[in-house]
Amino acid sequence: MAERSFKEEVKKLRLGQGETFRGEGILAVTKALLQSGVSYVAGYQGSPISHLMDVLTDAYDILEELGVHFEHSASEATACATLAASVNYPLRGAVTFKSTVGTNVASDALANLASGGVTGGAMLIVGEDYGEGSSIMQERSHAFAMKSQVWLLDPRPNLSSIVHMVEKGFELSEASSTPVMLQMRIRACHVHGHFDCKDNIRPSFTLKDAIENPQRDVSRIVLPPASFLHEKEKVENRWPAAVKYIREQGLNEFFAGDVNELGIIVQGGLYNTALRALELMGLADAYGNSRIPLYVMNVAYPVVDEEVKNFCAGKSAVLVLEEGQPEFIEQNIATILRRADMQTRLHGKDVLPMAGEYTSAVMLKGISAFIGSYRVDLLNTSSLPRTAAALPPAVNAQVHPRPPSFCTGCPERPLFASIKLVEKELGQHHMSCDIGCHLFSILPPFNLGATTMGYGLGWAGAAALNTTTTDKRTISIMGDGGFWHNGLTSGVGNAVFNKSDNLLVVVDNSYTSATGGQDILSSRAENPIRSTNNPIATAVQGVGVKWVKTVTHTYSIADMRGALRDALTSKEKGPKVVIAQSECMLNKQRRVKPATQKSIKAGERVVRERFGVDAEVCSGDHSCIRLNGCPSLSIGDNPNPLKGDPVAKVLDSCLGCGLCGELAHAAVLCPSFYRADIVFNPSGWERFMNKVTRAVIGFFQARLERRRVALIGSAA
Amino acid sequence: MSNMTTAPKAIRIAILAMGGEGGGVLADWLVDMAEHEGWTAQTTSVPGVAQRTGATIYYVEMFPASERMPVLAMMPTPGDVDLVIASELMEAGRAMQRGLVTPERTTLVTSTHRVYSMTEKTAMGDGRVDAAEFIKAGQAAARRLVSADFSKLAEAARSVISSALFGAAAGSGALPFGRDRFEEAIRRGGIGVESSLKAFAAGFAAAQGEKVDVAATDTPVRAPAGQLAPLAERVRREFPVPAHGILFEAIVRLAEFQDLAYAADYLDRLKPFVARGDGRLLAEAARYLAVWMAYDDGIKVAQEKIKSARFDGVAKDVRLGQDQLLDIREFLHPRIEEVADILPAGFGRWLLTSSVAKAFFGKPKIVTTTSLRGFFSLWIVASLRPMRRGSLRFQREDAQIKEWLARLEKLAAEDYDLAVVFAAVPRLIKGYGDTHVRGHHNLTAVIEALPRVRKLSAPAGTLNALIAAALADEDGKALGAALKGIPA
Repeated sequence: MAERSFKEEVKKLRLGQGETFRGEGILAVTKALLQSGVSYVAGYQGSPISHLMDVLTDAYDILEELGVHFEHSASEATACATLAASVNYPLRGAVTFKSTVGTNVASDALANLASGGVTGGAMLIVGEDYGEGSSIMQERSHAFAMKSQVWLLDPRPNLSSIVHMVEKGFELSEASSTPVMLQMRIRACHVHGHFDCKDNIRPSFTLKDAIENPQRDVSRIVLPPASFLHEKEKVENRWPAAVKYIREQGLNEFFAGDVNELGIIVQGGLYNTALRALELMGLADAYGNSRIPLYVMNVAYPVVDEEVKNFCAGKSAVLVLEEGQPEFIEQNIATILRRADMQTRLHGKDVLPMAGEYTSAVMLKGISAFIGSYRVDLLNTSSLPRTAAALPPAVNAQVHPRPPSFCTGCPERPLFASIKLVEKELGQHHMSCDIGCHLFSILPPFNLGATTMGYGLGWAGAAALNTTTTDKRTISIMGDGGFWHNGLTSGVGNAVFNKSDNLLVVVDNSYTSATGGQDILSSRAENPIRSTNNPIATAVQGVGVKWVKTVTHTYSIADMRGALRDALTSKEKGPKVVIAQSECMLNKQRRVKPATQKSIKAGERVVRERFGVDAEVCSGDHSCIRLNGCPSLSIGDNPNPLKGDPVAKVLDSCLGCGLCGELAHAAVLCPSFYRADIVFNPSGWERFMNKVTRAVIGFFQARLERRRVALIGSAA
Repeated sequence: MSNMTTAPKAIRIAILAMGGEGGGVLADWLVDMAEHEGWTAQTTSVPGVAQRTGATIYYVEMFPASERMPVLAMMPTPGDVDLVIASELMEAGRAMQRGLVTPERTTLVTSTHRVYSMTEKTAMGDGRVDAAEFIKAGQAAARRLVSADFSKLAEAARSVISSALFGAAAGSGALPFGRDRFEEAIRRGGIGVESSLKAFAAGFAAAQGEKVDVAATDTPVRAPAGQLAPLAERVRREFPVPAHGILFEAIVRLAEFQDLAYAADYLDRLKPFVARGDGRLLAEAARYLAVWMAYDDGIKVAQEKIKSARFDGVAKDVRLGQDQLLDIREFLHPRIEEVADILPAGFGRWLLTSSVAKAFFGKPKIVTTTSLRGFFSLWIVASLRPMRRGSLRFQREDAQIKEWLARLEKLAAEDYDLAVVFAAVPRLIKGYGDTHVRGHHNLTAVIEALPRVRKLSAPAGTLNALIAAALADEDGKALGAALKGIPA
């Protein structure tokens, strides 16, 4: 079960002709797929398209009604290979993943798919994780589209345009026998808007039809001589067919303006931001009327030569607004203009930055520079937004970065605290990280980890550091998500085969937590549509690891630190795997909290545990926070006015995971920590015993209080 | 196309929040309200992994009812935002830093409470930023600043901060919708409606400028009476008025820690500093001498843990309900050293050499103070108080305090400014166990460096820098480097 439930939202997928959909961009894409008559959908979750997968999961019954097969792919490569169903059969299919990281993984399948081409419409929906809010390296999916020659759709970021482009994308794919890639930027995925619906379409040719009437065409398979033919086909047949379709259907848009000597060419996805910049300059209005003519490339690849030439004809200069680098589109346009010997001057990365997100502020500056060099009279500085005065340095320096970190009660925190503690005994170790929540270990307060080479590649990233010349071992981290994605072979199998003597810690928290808590093979939950409860330990032993230890309660520092210590000091040679197994707290709470509330309401005895710090006992050194880093472990005013430094404080959001107490014990921190056990609906006997105990204790407490009152003269 | 600058414009709203704070709910309410009024509304966000407690921005635009579809932007443009809502004070700072708040345009609604950053929390001393500076900056940056502790208002209504902030947004008058429109959006949302509306009302009132009393008032300086009355009288007679607050507090704490005589000793020890300089030295010495003399040993910890006021405090902290029971379990790990410390010196010394004792103590313990067994275990430890003067720890601390005081007194006559800084070096001693050992080690290192520091041209500044360095990291790297930089 994913972190977010779309049970309510998926009802919108049933809307029909004449009804208006209101909701998130990524949900609109899902609806567009159903309106396009897809036969199958697959993908691998990851921001910003996780919700697409979650929506499909929650819409399982609707998909079944429409005869749509849906898979949670093992990886993006699996997802992309799934599109092979559209090679021989007139089946429409779509897959989705995070890009460019997912596209990197998928690129082998993508290249094979694109080489042979498709019969049914095949669409890759890539969440372009670029710019603010991104969690990956800054690269462009555009390069993949170019190298494999798949068409890249980059629609204007309003729901109507996006939905339209999904529908047209399938037609384009079929018209040109080529897979298409729909690029969705982060904000477009999460944008709330509306569009007018059409009815969902049940595919006329079904998966059953395909399975029962198998087809093959050796000319579609990538093997010589067909592979050489494919390349020719791409440039001689498929490309022209695509261009023809794009032009006929008007997929790219031209917006006229009265300043005809200038023009702006913009990727569809950047249109809204560009228009806002123009609006702020007084050169456009909120309805999209622009004084500068616009050529909006809803198809970012291929570039349509004739359209570019037509747009540039008679203009003294055009500006290309293209985010990211290299500036493929701008270079392409330069070639088109040069070959046609057109004298229109070309601007783009000369007035705009080469790297980084094209925010409205960046565009405002770039477009102003462009227009200023030709029509300075159009620049009206009075309409521009007034910029804020600089913050006083005292405040400016005090705005701290606030990166994401482990949640309250996260079972991974005790793992990294244990690594810190074990390093106090055995010294620092080289640590290779992976992708997932556990990568927050590289940030304060843990500051652990040297490299991360990609999803599931935690152990592979330490492969070279494998030598018999030292007894010291390296530590690698891998999440359960990365493990099943590829880590079992790329990491574990590799370590076994190459006789590694190093340690891998697998974080087994029952979900792919960082992508939103989706189920995987080793999830402990029963999932009606998937097979779960396949243990990681069995898989690891299956590929030949002899030394495997499972810690079933990561919060026990003694167990966790003990397992790590054993693995790092064991005389036994060979790869060591420690499986750190406790449920993701974010997801556990989603499961447990409502149940607990229900039990309390029903009058059942429930004990809620949470931690606290005695402010008078705490000395304000914050060692505990440096070892722990829990959001619920914070600081507060020192009750002793003679001491200035703030004391540690446990917030009410504490879930009583137990780590504070464990660390106070294991690291011999201080006696400030206590655990409060709050008993809801105690039994009658319990109440009675409590009364007796409290009476005795109260008698002695009163004696202490009397001494205090005698000293200071009041009960204050 | 000539009237482009006069065409209607969308209202722009940026919400700065941390993951899990309900920024999304707030954005959804705003959109729902606008759409119900026939407006076109759009919201976007870049949550990503920021939902894991990181800072994130939600952006909302709303456009009046119109025949034609407007093109709405996906992100805020600096200088072009009408309403900024910050869920916490540092996030308001972030909004200002990003240039989203301008005096011509922006109403800034911010909660004044703090969710401390990791940088602030992990500091070994006080790493907190100056909240007052943020509010001052907000006043300067915004057209109108609406600030209150909306977290507290929400908590009082048993709701979440997004409701209180929504109320403040309504009360700020920055949006052209009546209060009932806002409230209807909450009702349509259908979750926790009653408590949300209560928090909304409180937020609304705060934004309308009604005094909402949430600020903690400073407790006035009060002299102790009872058996401490004569000592309080002595404070009044022998010490300057500005120092009275610290001294009253100190004698109460020391009398509780040990006894009246101990508090009297304290005043005696401060006498040499009374007539010196402008009072800064006395204030610093008074503060840190009191803290040091009331050092943290097992007896004091036990004393604190068994107090009835502490039981009540915990119950209040965990919001214990009428019909609920509470157990308090202490996580203690006294090492053999700490046990030996509170015993009579001779016995303590013997204990340190005993392997049997080491095996017996030196183990982590969970003590349930609310049980008879746990309570009396701690009671017995607390009862060692009258014998404390004979303990190993007392002898050690007392000797060090005397040595520090002697140096301080000498220094006060020779270099007053340096003495003021030197008076604060006991600040380095903190905590228990290893932390305590480290603190003592740093203190000794700084004290030993004093003769070298005195040869420099700006010794007070250097000594301050040494204290800061000692509090910079756990491994003593910064202090080591700083000490190396001082010529012998």
